[in-house]
Amino acid sequence: MPPARGTRAPGGRSLQVGLVVTWLSVIVLLPLAALTAKSFAGGVSGFWDAVTAPTALAALRVTILVSVAVALLNAVMGTLIAWVLVRDDFPGKKVVNVLIDLPFALPTIVASIVLLSLYGPDSPVGIHINATRWGLVVALAFVTLPFVVRSVQPVLLEADREVEQAAASLGASGPTTFRRIVLPTLAPAIISGTGLAFARAIGEYGSVVLIGGNIPRETQVASQYIQQAIEIDQPVNAAAVSVTLLAIAFVTLFVLRVAAGRGRRREEEVR
Amino acid sequence: MITVTGARKDFGTFRALDDVSIEIPSGTLTALLGPSGSGKSTLLRSIAGLESLDAGTVVIAGRDVTRVPPQQRGIGFVFQHYAAFKHMTVRDNVAFGLTIRRRPKAEVRAKVDELLEVVGLEGFQHRYPAQLSGGQRQRMALARALAVDPEVLLLDEPFGALDAKVRADLRRWLRRLHDEVHVTTVLVTHDQEEALDVADTIAVLNRGRIEQIGDPDTLYDAPDNQFVMSFLGSVSSVGGTLVRPHDIVLERPAPDDTRANGPGRVLATIERVVRLGFEVRVELRDADGERFAAEVTRGVAQQLGLVAGEQVWAVAPSHAVRDLPQPPDAGVPADAAEADEVASTAGVGEPARA
Amino acid sequence: MTTSTTSRLTLRTLALAYLVALLAVPVLMILWRTFEPGFGAFWESIRTPAAISAMNLTLLIVAIVVPLNVVFGVTTALALVRGSFRGKGFIEAVVDLPFAVSPVVVGVSLIMLWGVGGWFGGVEHLGFRVIFGLPGMVIATIFVTLPFVVREVEPVLVEIGTEQEQAAATLGASGWQTFWRITLPAMRWGLTYGVVLTIARSLGEFGAVTMVSSNFPGISQTLTLLVNSRYIDDQNTYGAYAAATLLMGLAVVTLLLMTLLDRKRSTT
Repeated sequence: MPPARGTRAPGGRSLQVGLVVTWLSVIVLLPLAALTAKSFAGGVSGFWDAVTAPTALAALRVTILVSVAVALLNAVMGTLIAWVLVRDDFPGKKVVNVLIDLPFALPTIVASIVLLSLYGPDSPVGIHINATRWGLVVALAFVTLPFVVRSVQPVLLEADREVEQAAASLGASGPTTFRRIVLPTLAPAIISGTGLAFARAIGEYGSVVLIGGNIPRETQVASQYIQQAIEIDQPVNAAAVSVTLLAIAFVTLFVLRVAAGRGRRREEEVR
Repeated sequence: MITVTGARKDFGTFRALDDVSIEIPSGTLTALLGPSGSGKSTLLRSIAGLESLDAGTVVIAGRDVTRVPPQQRGIGFVFQHYAAFKHMTVRDNVAFGLTIRRRPKAEVRAKVDELLEVVGLEGFQHRYPAQLSGGQRQRMALARALAVDPEVLLLDEPFGALDAKVRADLRRWLRRLHDEVHVTTVLVTHDQEEALDVADTIAVLNRGRIEQIGDPDTLYDAPDNQFVMSFLGSVSSVGGTLVRPHDIVLERPAPDDTRANGPGRVLATIERVVRLGFEVRVELRDADGERFAAEVTRGVAQQLGLVAGEQVWAVAPSHAVRDLPQPPDAGVPADAAEADEVASTAGVGEPARA
Repeated sequence: MTTSTTSRLTLRTLALAYLVALLAVPVLMILWRTFEPGFGAFWESIRTPAAISAMNLTLLIVAIVVPLNVVFGVTTALALVRGSFRGKGFIEAVVDLPFAVSPVVVGVSLIMLWGVGGWFGGVEHLGFRVIFGLPGMVIATIFVTLPFVVREVEPVLVEIGTEQEQAAATLGASGWQTFWRITLPAMRWGLTYGVVLTIARSLGEFGAVTMVSSNFPGISQTLTLLVNSRYIDDQNTYGAYAAATLLMGLAVVTLLLMTLLDRKRSTT
């Protein structure tokens, strides 16, 4: 819409834009620029050496491995939970629905403590996953739970149930209808939720810091490696792994955005 | 009195106003009529100061306001989609302009009460816009605009978002209101029926230019060009001659008729005879396959015994035919820079276009 | 989908079992562990000087971060929605950036910029200690909460459009009057929602803050840092549970507020 006269921004538009650019630069861009500069302080080879140092590489490998596992777990369980919340009906459904957001509201360190109290050293149920990769998976599954549920739920709500009924009337069984009709509609939402969960998982720190155990080459994730590198005063190593993490997150989100754009275009063509 | 001189406005490469000049006398109700993208809304918004002109001047009540912001132009503006302040009650909406001007509370109260009565919303003052119908919202918006005693009242397709029945009621109500209040009013519309119904003066716009200004009768009976003729009222083409359908004379061909087709005179086949109350519309097709319509009284139709499938002469009598020039840039632009207008073009009263 | 009762029950059981094992039981567990020794013990544990100081520091950070985020968040949203300028797409992307950055990476970046030897490290000589000081914790919290207000206000601004603002202008309202009387009230629920999200995240931020805090009990510990240090450094498991329960209480309040606001937002 063309900016109309007389409704000029308080203080004027250009002042506003200047303010915004300055603010975002100081808070977001300059720190990230300084980080990137530091990671290349020893040139490209310095960066490469820092990232491929055995402990660094192991931490990155553990991070990605566990994050992929958690993302896949989310894809399945998140879709299932969303389906139950939309299509099923049972007493207490509303409470469950609100509960889904709890991991977003709960501080990550609290998530860590909460899981430790049940699955930690003095577990009352006899499950000890403290300082194992399973501990990482549980912690990350906890904090990323809402992503897939919350992206699938609205799509499922809007999905045209008549299409499913048509499939059933044509003789398709329940599972067949789900696989051939429902799943394709939900796929974009599942993929985007899974991608967001993955991006969150690779950078997660607070929820794994207590339950993960921080054992190098075993359960130490990238964020813990970075924290330790700062502690023992190896800023270049910390910066290089940080930039790697950033790059993975950006690529993930970028791919998601492109995929979403393509999917939307295809649906519009159908119309 | 509003005087616009040499107004020009571009949106990117689209010229919305192209050297427009118009004078709107005090106390009149003038309609700016035209198709989508004709520049009528841009002209109104330029008078209000919501758009700034690339060239030309706007003078309101003797004051050059070309560079004056809308706040200080002494205008009241009514938007197509009401622009109701949703978080305020009807009373607070109407009182807004007065509150901004820091008028004493008692004065605001009295003025708002008076206006609510004028627009027939007394008893609704504590409601929120969401609790009003579209017609009520627009009357509230009108009261809000009138509250500040504007020099001129500007209405941008004020009834465009309402359904046909409410629209007709509201425009007659607006006409009565204008006769009471006498504030200089400019109304933008794409609906010729609306313009003919309420306005003292109509300015027909097309492609950023004013094609003709005049009272409704003049525009209808003596259009300056083909665009104005076809935009106001319906038009039939008899062998290439433009004429109003009710001016067409139908004649039964004589057995030994040897007259040839010519401009304003064709032998046509009756496709359908439609009764519209007192009038009868005869749908015709000439030998070239061109379809057109004539309107005759029921008496004439019965006298001629018009039946589908038969042939008649359709004649455009010379007194009804004017040799009209094409407008300078003939045609209707498909470009729709004014998005709001596009949304409402689907309304009733859409005139047939040449 | 026409699902048989058996398969529906199976799916329901699976989903609920997952949620119970992952969410419900751990949360109930920590509540039980906190309140098993009695409410008095909990109360004492969160009234120690270190805990009170952590509470105060956390609230102080919230009190600084929220107004800054409101002012700059609303300004950014207005510029992005109402303005047209070159580089708008870039600004949009930058606003989303904090969502993609690991909290630890935020901390490291701030150290590289503001720490000793960093680009802005010089400010320390002027007596302005950012890293290992309050400013660092504030900036870290602003970094991670930056998108919330912008992203909640933006869609509201798009939806209300400019007509109401134009109408206010024709009625004589100046730019600031229009902002205070029309624009701000119209976006109040979106803004409130953004503020609630900001508060929740500020209360709970751990990774970014832990990197830039000197982490001294009673001086530079926030509530989240307190939970961590009680568990790790003091081996005070109960104290950690109690502090975590306190934070959880705040989170639940936030959650309820969000649910209520969501309803409010969708009805107005």
